[in-house]
Amino acid sequence: MSSVTGVSIADELPGPDRRHTLGGDGAGTGRLGDRLFGGAAKGAGIFVIGLVSLVGAFLLWQALPAIADDKVNFLTSREWSVDNASNLRFGILELLWTTIAVSTIGMLIAVPVGVAVALFITQYAPTWLSRPAANLVDLLAAVPSIVYGIWGLKTFVPVFDPVQSFLKDTLGWFPLFSDAGISGGSTILMVGIVLAIMVLPIVTALSREVFAQTPVTHTEGALALGATKWEMIRVAVLPFGKAGVISAAMLALGRALGETIAVTIILSTLAAGSDWTWSVFNGGETFASRIANNAGEFDSPAKTGAFIAAGLVLFVLTFVVNAIARIVIERRKAFIE
Amino acid sequence: MAKRIDVSDLNVYYGAFKAVEGVTMTVEPRSVTAFIGPSGCGKSTFLRTLNRMHEVIPGGRVEGKVMLDDQDLYASDVDPVAVRRTVGMVFQRPNPFPTMSIYDNVAAGLRLNGVKGKKKLDEVVEKSLNGANLWNEVKDRLAKPGAGLSGGQQQRLCIARAIAVEPQVLLMDEPCSALDPISTLAIEDLISELKSQYTIVIVTHNMQQAARVSDQTAFFNLAATGKPGKLVEVADTQKIFNNPGVKATEDYISGRFG
Amino acid sequence: MWGAFLLALVPLLWILWTVVSKGGHLLLDSQWWTNSQKGITARREGGGAIHAIQGTLIQGLTTAVISVPIGVMTAIYLVEYGRGRLAKAVSFMVDILTGVPSIVAGLFIYALWVTTFGFQRVGFAVCLALVLLMVPVVVRSTEEMLKLVPNELREAAYALGVPKWKTIVKVVLPTAFSGIITGVLLGLARVMGETAPLLILGPYSKSIATDLFSGLMPTLPTMINQDRTESLQPAVDRVWAAALTLILLILLLNLAGRVIARLGSVKK
Repeated sequence: MSSVTGVSIADELPGPDRRHTLGGDGAGTGRLGDRLFGGAAKGAGIFVIGLVSLVGAFLLWQALPAIADDKVNFLTSREWSVDNASNLRFGILELLWTTIAVSTIGMLIAVPVGVAVALFITQYAPTWLSRPAANLVDLLAAVPSIVYGIWGLKTFVPVFDPVQSFLKDTLGWFPLFSDAGISGGSTILMVGIVLAIMVLPIVTALSREVFAQTPVTHTEGALALGATKWEMIRVAVLPFGKAGVISAAMLALGRALGETIAVTIILSTLAAGSDWTWSVFNGGETFASRIANNAGEFDSPAKTGAFIAAGLVLFVLTFVVNAIARIVIERRKAFIE
Repeated sequence: MAKRIDVSDLNVYYGAFKAVEGVTMTVEPRSVTAFIGPSGCGKSTFLRTLNRMHEVIPGGRVEGKVMLDDQDLYASDVDPVAVRRTVGMVFQRPNPFPTMSIYDNVAAGLRLNGVKGKKKLDEVVEKSLNGANLWNEVKDRLAKPGAGLSGGQQQRLCIARAIAVEPQVLLMDEPCSALDPISTLAIEDLISELKSQYTIVIVTHNMQQAARVSDQTAFFNLAATGKPGKLVEVADTQKIFNNPGVKATEDYISGRFG
Repeated sequence: MWGAFLLALVPLLWILWTVVSKGGHLLLDSQWWTNSQKGITARREGGGAIHAIQGTLIQGLTTAVISVPIGVMTAIYLVEYGRGRLAKAVSFMVDILTGVPSIVAGLFIYALWVTTFGFQRVGFAVCLALVLLMVPVVVRSTEEMLKLVPNELREAAYALGVPKWKTIVKVVLPTAFSGIITGVLLGLARVMGETAPLLILGPYSKSIATDLFSGLMPTLPTMINQDRTESLQPAVDRVWAAALTLILLILLLNLAGRVIARLGSVKK
């Protein structure tokens, strides 16, 4: 298993001998012990189904009344004012933009770097180094999010703010890079970079796993044709690992979308009613950080419902992303089996 | 101890796929019967129906009758677990339990079936290891892991484990295919000794082995890939090897096969 | 490629250096490990983190005690029993659970525990949210370990006339044991570092609290969160020291998990 993610490309494969495990009915019998134990196992499985259904149903049940009372369009509005229960006005457009913006920036950095690190570990590193190197990168996953948050805000952002100012000055004519007047540098871009560091071990761990599985016949075949190491990687390792890398990126994206405390700590929030800009040098709130920023104020059901509605959208978003990752993994399995 | 096996009109399936068709044969008590035949002919599959191990594979089922003396193994009121206690099995690759010591491995069958009492277990362990010609080699390290033994010793440990529960019949599925020639010889000697107490059925790819250890030989074959395997001929080993009744048997034995 | 690797090491070393240099000195003081923050204001130096360490450990252990049986039994179902639609459905649900963002888990428990049942925000509610996050990790890692147990061992046990459930309990589980423990420790490391559900369900307090069912239970993440906006030096130091303590705790769990995995990997 890739310990970092709890997910493995090899999850659904049968045992080491490529046979499915023994699960025929003849192995279990009508004995009391078998009935009890088998029943308990099945019960646990059914419990998990019930639990997830309950989470989904419950969130819906709590969110729908609030959405029904919403005086503005839930999906297209930028407003968020939920203090007055008789005049709920909340929409997720801005949250959606910020969430996607920080995650996309994170992915743009984490995927290439993560894949390169995985290639380093599986193809380039001397044998004595590859295991410790993998463990070191995995250590990044052992750092709690909140530590990334305070480190990002207090150490990382101040160091990189000058770079950011320089970018603003030179590229500011382009809307995506215009100055949005955020002081202190706690911008979408900075959060994106910190997220990239946080999800790097996920991308690396899963990519490493697939690259290591590249059949020796492929790599040796390429090398025997006179390919250089890099050419061999391009014709043998990368095509073989492509689906794995995509699903790794998706799982990492799922994690980045839902990241809460690091974003909450680092990203500057915007005053209500401030102007809309596309800039990555803007502040803002993601779904998760909006919920976290207001965690102390869930006092009325209507108000809580609004936040739960936002949580529900996040749930759906990560679900879709994870589902895509799953589908890609399944396809790949069908292909290698 | 040692019972007769009577199989009549047995069909074996994996889901919808018929793997073995129409087997009828008898295995005499206190004798060794060898199953030979090309890969995929269903001899191992058939062997596994004799102690209902076939059913632990998803979709595995049978039609027909297997009698152990006068008990129908597939009667609806028969507990497959009880069948497996009566008919023991040794597998292709030695498979001692990795978490258990040599002693615990041999005692496993009894312990897991609820037998307690150190004295009784000590006795059975010594007797079974003696029976498997392993006692002298391991008596000083009974507490060591079973996985630390050599391949041949591990296989004899598995035989000791199988006979510790005092079965009536011992099934062996290519017990020597993962072993070197010297260990193979040790197992073959052991089979000849065990014959005095047990009914033994052995699947083997090694024709000389079949000729050396068995009293009776059954030849299995299949018409083509995807077709069910069939019992072609069963007779005294002498006859099968010297004067087979069917041409296919002769071709297979003389190496002129396919 | 060397460059990418070194680039990946920069943040790791940078973070560790920051945390150690800014908070390390407090950990050398024995009162950090024995005292709470009771009666200590942001202006004053001193006090310790024992209240938060205890809270984190208590919540982590409680979460594990609930999650492990559910997770292990679910994995046993999937590997040893599950066939057909129900198994597919269970596996799918575990996938969904794997992807649930921690803040959503917290929100769900809040909606259930506080909004619907009208209970107080107590330590146990936090544990319930963490269970949602830990169960899928335990299921997936256990599943993987059970699949590594060779079928030969199951067959050997069946052939001795051992019933299926005893085969699982006495042969399969012991063989996979160290791997399962590793998975549990890694899952525990993950939930102990979680902050998001604690923001919603587990407000901070400065004194030692060991009752999961009443009152506020402080934890290391909430201790960090509480003072992260302080600018007074004693409080800032304590934030970094708490961060270092949390990292050490999680590293220790990770390390223990890896050592156990190395010692007892499934023998073939």
